[in-house]
Amino acid sequence: MRRNQEVPKILMRSAGVLLLLTSSVVAASDGFINPAGPVAEALRDHLIFIVVVMAIVIAPLFIALPWVLWRYRLGTKSGSYQPNWEFSWPLEVLIWGVPAVIVGVLSWNLWHQSYELDPYKPLAATEATLEVQAIALDWKWVFIYPEQDVASVNELMIVAGRPVRFRLTSGTVMQSFMIPRLGGQIYTMAGMVTQLNLLASEPGQFRGLNTQYNGMGFANQKFMTHAVSQADFDTWAVNMSESKPPLNQTAWAQLAKPSVLASPQSFGSVAEGLFTGVIADFTGGYHHIKADGTDL
Amino acid sequence: MTAESSFSLLGILTAQDISFVHTFEHPGMSEFIDASAGGVMVMGGIIVIALLTYYRGWHALWCDWLTSVDHKKVGIMYVVVAFVMLARAIIEGVLMRYQQSIAVNDPGILSPDHFGQLFSTHGSIMIFFVAMPFVTGMMNYIMPQQIGARDVSFPLLNAISLWLTAAGAALVMISLVVGKFSTGGWTAYPPYTGIEFSPGEGVDYWIWSISLASIGSTLTGLNFATTIYKNRAPGMTLFRMPLFCWTSLCTSVLMIFAMAPLTIATLMLALDRYAGFHFFTNDLGGNMMNYANLFWLFGHPEVYILILPAFGVFSEVISTFSGKTIYGYKSLVIATMSIAVLSFTVWLHHFFTMGQGANVNAIFGIATMLIGVPTGVKVYDWLLTMVRGRIRLTTAMLFSVMFLVTFVIGGLTGVVLANPPVDFAVHNSLFLVAHFHNMVIPGVLFGMIAGYQFWFPKAFGFRLAERWGKVSFWCWSFGFYLTFMPLYVLGLMGAMRRTVEWFRPEYLGWLQVSFVGALLLFSGFLFLCVQLVVSIRQRDQRRVPAGDPWDGRSLEWSNSSPPPEYNFAVIPDVTGQDAFTRIKQQGQAYASPIAYEDIVVPKNSIVAPVIGIAAIMFGFALVWHIWWLVVFSFVCMWGAVIARSFVTETERVIPASKVRADNEAWLQQVRECATTPREQENTSVNVGRAEVLT
Repeated sequence: MRRNQEVPKILMRSAGVLLLLTSSVVAASDGFINPAGPVAEALRDHLIFIVVVMAIVIAPLFIALPWVLWRYRLGTKSGSYQPNWEFSWPLEVLIWGVPAVIVGVLSWNLWHQSYELDPYKPLAATEATLEVQAIALDWKWVFIYPEQDVASVNELMIVAGRPVRFRLTSGTVMQSFMIPRLGGQIYTMAGMVTQLNLLASEPGQFRGLNTQYNGMGFANQKFMTHAVSQADFDTWAVNMSESKPPLNQTAWAQLAKPSVLASPQSFGSVAEGLFTGVIADFTGGYHHIKADGTDL
Repeated sequence: MTAESSFSLLGILTAQDISFVHTFEHPGMSEFIDASAGGVMVMGGIIVIALLTYYRGWHALWCDWLTSVDHKKVGIMYVVVAFVMLARAIIEGVLMRYQQSIAVNDPGILSPDHFGQLFSTHGSIMIFFVAMPFVTGMMNYIMPQQIGARDVSFPLLNAISLWLTAAGAALVMISLVVGKFSTGGWTAYPPYTGIEFSPGEGVDYWIWSISLASIGSTLTGLNFATTIYKNRAPGMTLFRMPLFCWTSLCTSVLMIFAMAPLTIATLMLALDRYAGFHFFTNDLGGNMMNYANLFWLFGHPEVYILILPAFGVFSEVISTFSGKTIYGYKSLVIATMSIAVLSFTVWLHHFFTMGQGANVNAIFGIATMLIGVPTGVKVYDWLLTMVRGRIRLTTAMLFSVMFLVTFVIGGLTGVVLANPPVDFAVHNSLFLVAHFHNMVIPGVLFGMIAGYQFWFPKAFGFRLAERWGKVSFWCWSFGFYLTFMPLYVLGLMGAMRRTVEWFRPEYLGWLQVSFVGALLLFSGFLFLCVQLVVSIRQRDQRRVPAGDPWDGRSLEWSNSSPPPEYNFAVIPDVTGQDAFTRIKQQGQAYASPIAYEDIVVPKNSIVAPVIGIAAIMFGFALVWHIWWLVVFSFVCMWGAVIARSFVTETERVIPASKVRADNEAWLQQVRECATTPREQENTSVNVGRAEVLT
């Protein structure tokens, strides 16, 4: 009997140890819990806020349950035995009231955070936004930089400190685009455009991937994000346009075939309207689905 | 598919589709594991057939079980299906955890295709062929007895539901040997599961097994809701029903409304795949978002279809083993009903990441968190039920206590996930995987195991061995924490679900711990089997003929163990909540009734097995495009229904004299039984007559 009473305590203790372990290991990981930009940071803070508030409802159970199990065990002389005790107004108000208030607080917070952290919302920054078009293929990511007229596959180049607006679509099944240390994810779907706004605060390298299972090459569908200085970015773009082959219909047809690429690819120019063309392929040429009301 | 093959005798089925042949021709570790699994299944089938033949069990199996429409036998058969399928799905879980624990910068032992099939069958089986049949079986067995009924409203329909579910399970099992299963996960999102991206039989196996099971569940919902509304004993008003009946009612109503979108979605996907429709394709006007909406319109209520009956079990178990009436009965009923209604308002939280904007996401996020309120109330109601009681930590109670502790952690992460911004970061990650296992294992599975421990003596007449039950309990508990707590961490570290190979060395330790946990979970299952075998061998010292081993509170404990096929010799008159406790306290338990009457019970019927076997053929034929068999089995199914409508003699009468003789003999036996104090309920002293506390 005695051993059984102590179980919840042991569990709580191991949960504590686990939390400590977690925080140290996680701090060095490449999840959003180790943020490298304002979006991921806000997500992490939001997470911590929720956990702390929720602890108010949960903690009493962890404390009360072992106590109740011990105090009212069979054979005890301590607690009174009232087999017909079934109701108490004050307790009733408490057990409905506290969760209701907490959910109220969390809902208020949720409402505001949903707007604040809407992936479509442009990020507040002094620098101009960098536009990137992302196309999901099996099993690779194609990034088109319309302003620079270059493209890269399985490698993403962005400027540290400059917000990036991704406009995403899929040339195949539904996928989900994510760079964990920079922020959240968004689905990409054929014939449709979704958006995502991210920002890397400092130069660095961040893993990106597809999170939505899409077949045999799923585990290998990953890319590296390089956040570099504006000067390095400009140099990179110029080098690309000068030395890399064009992303024309032939190159695209090759890319669109399901495959896992051994190494990233680069293109020095992009056929006009490639991004809109990929969308139009699925919509019968009509741009009848506009995610944001702007021109495709 | 070519025109020739589709009209040949075996459709598109070839020898290479048999897993043994395939493995022989393409040997490899992954194929070998696949063929071994198939081999174990085939061997298991052969052993069962051999044993049945050796012990001349075929006649009894057919007459006493397979053709039976008795709700108790149907219930037990559901639970047997659940246990068999649980064995497979747990092993698959362990295998996946092993693969992931060794696949850091290494391909591991499973091919991506095999891994895809594993997570798809694991999820589909656990939801549709473990949780659903377990829950449905439990409701089948207990609910009619608790409301003082002789059977469900439509006994034959009940058996048909069972056979449709079993047919779906059989199809998934067949896919182990013949062909491949889907790699589209248990949700089977198109366009990936469309014919363009997933040609072959895999997705078709998923479609037809799930369609059959979903129709079975719809019929169950209709049947049980009707039973609860129409078949209650005199005086058993709705607000005197045990909590388990309330949760059964909520689940039945959810089944009626929620299964239909699933059936529709799977059939629309079938039309896309078979007939060139474009509901969910990329092009020609198809839209995969419609599938996501339809699927989760089912999928979210489904969570509550599974968990509400488990909540009912916890209510019964905690109240009984605290020796006390349930705290806040009306509060619990209101909370249960609120959960049932709210469950239809939250489906969109499964795809916050689809790009629908802050307004929509916020509304569904808040609706999701609202469910936390009644759920929190229930948790505290259970805690308060123990307060001022006399608690016995039996195996069933241990599972319930561990549920409370563990479930609130899952509740916390559920609220985390309900927040769209955070969901953007952890959607599709192992954090999500940890969360739903954190709800379903302590919630549904612990609930069902607790119910199994609690009601086993009622169903079979002897108590299960507590010692092995507790060993199993510790394995399940520690196994759960070791397996899934690391997954939360991995999710925060950016590890995604359904990944066959990793490229981050820091994941390794967490994945290894998780694998050890999975082994413990599997041991938990094995110890349940050991417990069953040991208990059967010691059954003579464990018998509880008087029928009330735990000082039960509701009507099912007032009859013998196992109960007669008509449940109650005389339908009891109910005067309040905790009906049997009342009767005991008033000293009226085991009193001879004044008069006996003839009892009408439904006759056995071969209709349900015919429909079930035809349904297996139907599904198989559709998967392999064997069109003649499709037509033949379809005709068989509906032919059986039509033929049945001409049968007028569907019931038989048990004469009052026989009822009297049986019941009086049992009552005499009970009166000779010594009463058991609660301190000795797990000793051989306990023959099922409880000492009444006054």
